[in-house]
Amino acid sequence: MRQPSEVITSIAPSELKPTSAIVSRRSFVGGLSAGIAGAIAADPAGAETLADVPPREPGADLGGHSERSKFVKIDRIPEAGPGKRNVDPSDAINSKTPHQKLVGGITPTDLHYERSHSGVPDLDPEKHRLLIHGMVQKPVVFSVDDLTRMPSISRVVFIECTGNGWENWKEADPNLTVQNTHGLISTNEWTGVPLKFLIDLVGKADGSSWMLAEGGDGAGVDRSIPLTDEIMNEAFVAYGQNGEPLRPAHGFPMRLLMPGFEGNLNIKWLRRLKFGDQPWMTRWETARYTQLLADGKARQFQLRMETNSVITQPSGMMQIRPGYNRITGLAWSGHGKIAKVEVSTDGANSWKEAQLNHPVLPKAQVRFQMDWIWDGKPTKIVSRSTDEKANVQPDRQSFIAATGTNALFHYNAQQTWSIDGDGRVRNVLA
Amino acid sequence: MCWHSRTLFAGMIAFGMLMSPALAFDFGRPATPEEIKLWDIDVQPDGKGLPDGSGTVAQGKQVFAENCAVCHGDNGQGGRNDRLVGGQGTLASDMPIKTVGSFWPYATTLFDYIRRAMPYQAPGSLSVDETYAVAAYILSLNGILPADGKLDKASLPNVKMPNRDGFIPEAEFGPSRPGGKK
Repeated sequence: MRQPSEVITSIAPSELKPTSAIVSRRSFVGGLSAGIAGAIAADPAGAETLADVPPREPGADLGGHSERSKFVKIDRIPEAGPGKRNVDPSDAINSKTPHQKLVGGITPTDLHYERSHSGVPDLDPEKHRLLIHGMVQKPVVFSVDDLTRMPSISRVVFIECTGNGWENWKEADPNLTVQNTHGLISTNEWTGVPLKFLIDLVGKADGSSWMLAEGGDGAGVDRSIPLTDEIMNEAFVAYGQNGEPLRPAHGFPMRLLMPGFEGNLNIKWLRRLKFGDQPWMTRWETARYTQLLADGKARQFQLRMETNSVITQPSGMMQIRPGYNRITGLAWSGHGKIAKVEVSTDGANSWKEAQLNHPVLPKAQVRFQMDWIWDGKPTKIVSRSTDEKANVQPDRQSFIAATGTNALFHYNAQQTWSIDGDGRVRNVLA
Repeated sequence: MCWHSRTLFAGMIAFGMLMSPALAFDFGRPATPEEIKLWDIDVQPDGKGLPDGSGTVAQGKQVFAENCAVCHGDNGQGGRNDRLVGGQGTLASDMPIKTVGSFWPYATTLFDYIRRAMPYQAPGSLSVDETYAVAAYILSLNGILPADGKLDKASLPNVKMPNRDGFIPEAEFGPSRPGGKK
């Protein structure tokens, strides 16, 4: 998927070493255990000497499908809404990505977050059809095979539910992990056909400035999409995800991809595109994905996902030890590329620019990291991102002053983690 | 597709040129008006897309009891799923209650949503008349239609929802954006 030269981190090897000579092996391991321990049951004392490492032996038979190590415990968590956790799976409306257990910038396919409005249909691709009609010269019915024979593009982009961050609008539950607070965003490589190519096939009328996209799920989720130049140039109908056909959870056999825009616009199980000259005012763009302001009015068609970032290690419910700790996290913006990420380890009093892992792609999550020696005193850590259009992720106080606390969606305030004297990391408002 | 036209496509993409009309039906097939009708269910605020038929509040009460009350409560007060009634006057409070009556700006959206997505376990199972009826009942529970009210494709777009003017479209994407005809 990536060229080898692209996965090289921007950090020189010397910069990756602990920055203090007093950092002992024990505190170094202690610091790392905070992060990786979440995914891997790694006991630093598991092999005190090389003699304790088990001898080599032949492994399991090769199979048609490779699974994760039995030592790796890593899962999404289904939830129902702010404060509605540990719910019965039949009540779940989304399933969140475990960012605290992931590395790099690409989300594993089976851990990509999911928001589905009427369960997860597994549609038969032989019988699936995409109808494109409305203000077009020639309404056309396409099969999956038609799409996969067309010229294609592949692009690494994030998809983010507008509900990402919604746990922290009014208060901060100290028991939340970054999976709870920010698990509704993921980044995958998606492959499909540019919307422009399909539009040329059907001959869209010049007067058509809106497009209705509709899914083949039970709810028939549909959204009106304004045909701006940016959307006309970047939208595509995807059938591939990280090199394979889409998973049913993500819209198999085809979905709309709208880089940088509300997750809900990326219509899954896509079966109809209709061109028109005004928005349809569907339930999702009126009653649901609109943002209530303090005065009782609601922002509508707030379609772009904002400039955002979050520290994933150390993060909520982890425990760190004094000494070297690597701070790392993810940053993203629906406006384009991330230009810089700054990290504060003193409660937003002072900031230091973090390193960005290459490649830094537009409208994709980028990993940032920074060395930190924790002195063992209580403090707060926080990140803020700036994108190439000079949009800066707001601090919580100014964000709430501008939006109130009832918007429910589009929360992109800076995420603060407090650390107490015992190294316990907890979710706080600021 | 033959080798020749594949090469042609690659060339067109490289130079950003438009499709040749002669190749338009190398992919897909023309959609017939009859089959488009099967899927063309969307409704717009001006009533475009609403089907023939009608339903009364009284009929809707029965439809609601049989299909909707289990999730939304006997009188739409909410239950396992969304509350549909009340909440007017709460949108600027600390505890806003967003319902059909307090928040939804268009009555046409209610018909469209019920027809495409409800009842949850069997979307599309209500007839057109039943859909008009249950929409009428939900509006009457909110005091928007009288108890003897009735809806059809002529009357539904004329229903003025209490929060019709409660939305502020983003300048960049809303209906009044440049080129985005209102």
